[in-house]
Amino acid sequence: MTLTDRQQLSYIASQAADARLNVELETEGMTLNIGPQHPATHGTLRIIARLDGEQVVWAEPVAGYMHRGYEKLTEVRTFPQVTSLINRIDWLGSFANEVPFILAAEKLMEIEAPPRAQVIRTILFELSRIANVSLFLGDLGVQMGAITPVFLAFRDREYILNLIEGATGGRFHPNFDRIGGLKDDLPKGWIQETKGAVKKLEEFCDTIDDLLFGNEIFQSRMRGIGVIPADIAKDYGLSGANARASGIDWDLRRDQDLPLSYDLADWKVWTHPDGDSWARCWIRLQETRESCKIVGQLLDQIPAGPVMTKVPRIIKVPEGEAWVATENPLGEMGYYVVSKGDLGPFRVKIRSASFNNISIVPWALKGVYVPDIITILASLYFILGDIDR
Amino acid sequence: MLAQLAAEFPGWYPEWNIPYWLMSILRVVGGLVAVLLPAGGIVYIFLFKMMSFMQSRLGPMEAGPYGSMQLLAEVGKWMQKEDLAPDNADVRIYKMAPLIVLLSTFLLVVVVPFGPQAYFTNFETGIFYALAVASISVLGILIAGWSSANKYSLLGGLRAGGQLIAYELPMVLATLGVVIQAGSMNLNRIVEVQNTGEIFGIGLIGNPFVITQFIGFLIFMIAVQAELTQSPFDMPIAESELVSGYMTEYSGFRFLIFFIAEFATAGVFGFIASVLFLGGWGVPFTWFGWEGISDVAWWMNFVGPLIMFTKMFALVGVIMWVRFSYPRFREDQLQTFAWKVLIPLALANTAATAILKVVF
Repeated sequence: MTLTDRQQLSYIASQAADARLNVELETEGMTLNIGPQHPATHGTLRIIARLDGEQVVWAEPVAGYMHRGYEKLTEVRTFPQVTSLINRIDWLGSFANEVPFILAAEKLMEIEAPPRAQVIRTILFELSRIANVSLFLGDLGVQMGAITPVFLAFRDREYILNLIEGATGGRFHPNFDRIGGLKDDLPKGWIQETKGAVKKLEEFCDTIDDLLFGNEIFQSRMRGIGVIPADIAKDYGLSGANARASGIDWDLRRDQDLPLSYDLADWKVWTHPDGDSWARCWIRLQETRESCKIVGQLLDQIPAGPVMTKVPRIIKVPEGEAWVATENPLGEMGYYVVSKGDLGPFRVKIRSASFNNISIVPWALKGVYVPDIITILASLYFILGDIDR
Repeated sequence: MLAQLAAEFPGWYPEWNIPYWLMSILRVVGGLVAVLLPAGGIVYIFLFKMMSFMQSRLGPMEAGPYGSMQLLAEVGKWMQKEDLAPDNADVRIYKMAPLIVLLSTFLLVVVVPFGPQAYFTNFETGIFYALAVASISVLGILIAGWSSANKYSLLGGLRAGGQLIAYELPMVLATLGVVIQAGSMNLNRIVEVQNTGEIFGIGLIGNPFVITQFIGFLIFMIAVQAELTQSPFDMPIAESELVSGYMTEYSGFRFLIFFIAEFATAGVFGFIASVLFLGGWGVPFTWFGWEGISDVAWWMNFVGPLIMFTKMFALVGVIMWVRFSYPRFREDQLQTFAWKVLIPLALANTAATAILKVVF
């Protein structure tokens, strides 16, 4: 088919009109600084986003506004003193930060905590996970404008914090774990109280499941948004619930042999094939339930005995290097401890989960809308202390 | 005594012989009361107390009994603050914007009837006027967003512009059903039609349009929710992403004016919705044997406002209830909902109403 002159002319004219329109309507991008002071970054994370209208063309997280230099500070502390520093890394689940470091030190000293201490450690570890993730579940609503769930989360998290305070003396920063065991035994009646609190938290999970996860708007904001495929997740070093939400069946609690008593309990590692924001949140909800289950079962299995092995009065860790990582509320958290046989560590490298989890932000935010920045960030779930440690 | 009074004042306003100056003062005071009292009441009852109880906390308890004076304390705080404007702001327009938003609220309350004679003005195209002046607030919000010289404000202002215009349409279409059924755009006439009406020949509760126009009522309330930028339609403010949207740069009494305008507009829309759908100020006229609006007893001018306030608080209560329990839409989902769901539904509703009107 050949075009007539008239058709050709009209085609050229329409092309010219389009070109002119494109020149006239050429819009300028806008650079939006989300943070360092911004309600959604709950801390001082800064995200530089290049916007085209409401669509993100390019985004980059800037960390370091709260850098506290813990890796350096550990070099001038003795081994027992380090725990009071590092439980400020992920400040919502403090006890969980102490455990891998203590385990690394114990590995170097070739000692092991007594069975009673191991079980109590595991219980406190899981309680701090519940305290951490329950706040995440409440905070999800706030990121999307539903203000009620966060108050429920704060109310119910209080049960856990009271328990942690009852056992350790500190609500937020227990500083309870010691090389070779625990500082103290559990107080009287604590086990009974914990059983009640775990029931409350299970109810809280059901409430959040109804209130938030069952909400159509929440689903439409979450499903299919910020999809991270499994291989990309591996490339960026995602860990914890973020990796499991992309279908990677990997949980350090189950997959490695540490002196923690997870094998005493019957529980399940949840994975989700989708890899979207919804999957990440849902995995965390399920994990909170599993944690409640683990705590409930372990409470009945605490063996009798001491909570502390024989350790020298002045702890000197023999020369060597050790790497221990555990499945923390935010993901894989590990300490690479190098000792030269002194009172304190020679060098400690902290592998915190949020720092790696947030590294996927430039990839995940490409092409999304501004409101989705917030939901994706919320579902990746970072804690600033865990990024800038 | 009552009968004597009623005989003396058969209920028609000119015979009250209120001088023009007194009428003007009454109107100004009445306007302030009709705008500020709902705003204060809504903020205290719903924002402070209902929200607190929903979130298992007490809310303000210190200022006054049960924190009832909290709002006055807040107003005092805001009034003391410095009147700030950003360096790059278009200052004159920046300072005007909240006043324009509040102005639209005052213009809106002008047509709302509170009783047979208790209205500020009563003209034939009342609802048309109300829908028209309701859009003025878009102007204020847009210029607030633009003149703040802030990217968050700009995004918030543009979102507000898109949203308010999109939800104006379903609102107009939902109102159209009522207008067709009542056969008038005069708000007092709409009240009269509802209260003299009958459902299948039974005039016990009149014929409030919420029954016949139930779809219209739902659409209207959803559109009101969006017009007031309350959650789940609070994209323009979206405190977790846009900090505070178009209000980001405002502080002090200019923020206060935005704040009052938000809740006063909620109140006024509550009034308008109760006039359109719930029978307004009236009680079913058959209860007292009134034939039409000219028979209504004079005391309805005092009882009417109370009835209106009750209905308004009930409606705004629902709006606030939704606001405190739902997360927000994304901007594109919100537009999709307006254009693909609400507007076709409202059009169908209008068409059905028109057909039924002709048939019966």
